[in-house]
Amino acid sequence: MILTEASVPRLPRHVRFRFDAARNCHVLLAPELVIMPDAIAVAILEAVDGAASVGGIADILAARYEAPRDAVLADCIEMLNDLAKKGMIAA
Amino acid sequence: MNDLAPAAVKRAAVAPPMAIMMELTHRCPLKCPYCSNPLAMDRAREEMDTATWMRVISEAAALGALQGHFSGGEPMVRDDLAQLVQHAHREGLYTNLITSAVLLDQQKMHALAEAGLDHVQISFQGAESGIADHVAGLRNAHVKKLAAARLVRDAGLALTVNAVMHRQNLHQLPAMLDLAVEAGAQRIEVAHVQYYGWALKNRAALIPTRAQLDEATRIVDDARKRLEGVLNIDYVVPDYYASRPKSCMSGWARRFFNVTPSGKVLPCHAAETIGHLRFDTVQEKPLAEIWLHSEAFNAYRGTDWMPAPCKGCDRAEIDWGGCRCQALAITGDAGATDPACGLSPHHDMMLNLAVEESAAGSETFVYRMIS
Ligand code: SF4
Ligand code: SF4
Repeated sequence: MILTEASVPRLPRHVRFRFDAARNCHVLLAPELVIMPDAIAVAILEAVDGAASVGGIADILAARYEAPRDAVLADCIEMLNDLAKKGMIAA
Repeated sequence: MNDLAPAAVKRAAVAPPMAIMMELTHRCPLKCPYCSNPLAMDRAREEMDTATWMRVISEAAALGALQGHFSGGEPMVRDDLAQLVQHAHREGLYTNLITSAVLLDQQKMHALAEAGLDHVQISFQGAESGIADHVAGLRNAHVKKLAAARLVRDAGLALTVNAVMHRQNLHQLPAMLDLAVEAGAQRIEVAHVQYYGWALKNRAALIPTRAQLDEATRIVDDARKRLEGVLNIDYVVPDYYASRPKSCMSGWARRFFNVTPSGKVLPCHAAETIGHLRFDTVQEKPLAEIWLHSEAFNAYRGTDWMPAPCKGCDRAEIDWGGCRCQALAITGDAGATDPACGLSPHHDMMLNLAVEESAAGSETFVYRMIS
């Protein structure tokens, strides 16, 4: 599976994303795996709601951070595909 | 006051644990001859009740544990499993059930999925009933596991196949990989038996030859390429033929802890084999205090305890000196360098032992019993 601008990403049932108070950071949890996403990845994952497309997420983040949409979109596609390869994002 | 400083500094450096392993019970309908349970198992009446386990789960979550593994014995013999899973889920733990799955049916699967269970790991003793049921010491175990795997997938949970390999089933490794793919598992853990507890008793009947092991490694390497994106393969080789040890538990008391059915808190499930260590219980002390201050946890935490050749070795913070239980089992000293390491003075002894036992090898198992 390769995500494009039109794909609608979501977290699979067996992947959890939440804030961890003990470490004061976000964590992405999957079988035998804990990932601590960086600030950009957290912003993207927070926008993953099973309804917004990758392009839609790029729109939101580009507006919020006043960043060029092309660069934001490229970041989104790269990060989400990376997670999809690990089975941590579905579409 | 001054001599308190180093301990305080050391304490400050202790990171929160990543995971809690809950051995809910030692009871199990199977009799695997390599069971990691201790030879002296806790009886049913010694098991902690629901309320105590719930408190332990809450304390673990507050301490920073992110994953909660429900294990045993067979955790499904506990009537309160779904209740405990639900509590762990509400506390934010990623929940994982490690099971033989022979007791899993549609109704229980539904209750566990509703409770928020995320991941199920089913152990397979072979790729077909003949060997699998012989190793498990239970008839029809294998077909029940296949049915259970289907239930897990239908419920939408993550599924891992645990393939425990040894001399008597290693030839079935390719079929085990096929089984995992057909069952719809995302992961398979191909784990060679590690020799503590019951497996140590049965080592002569379990340990593979060097040639068998090399063939298994080749099969895994091939499958990793062939199944990329389909099946994730974790591979644990037996240490006996290694030149450097595995990073046992990712370092003693660094990331994990284990709670026994009766409430003892261990740095590793096999740690009780180290007779001189004293383990705190959840009845006596809060988990946070045990994690930071328990004598057993601090005995081999970090690198201060290390002897030569570990001390100063550039791998000291990679493999953390290997496995303490294996060091004890082979050298008689739990504080020695793991003999799996080529730099250990006991390395050749351990290698010879593997070569001799695997060549002469008995085919007879001593099955685990619980009275
Ligand atoms: S000497 Fe110790 S630290 Fe170094 S590789 Fe061997 S076991 Fe690991
Ligand atoms: S070191 Fe021992 S205590 Fe640790 S996992 Fe290994 S077997 Fe266990």
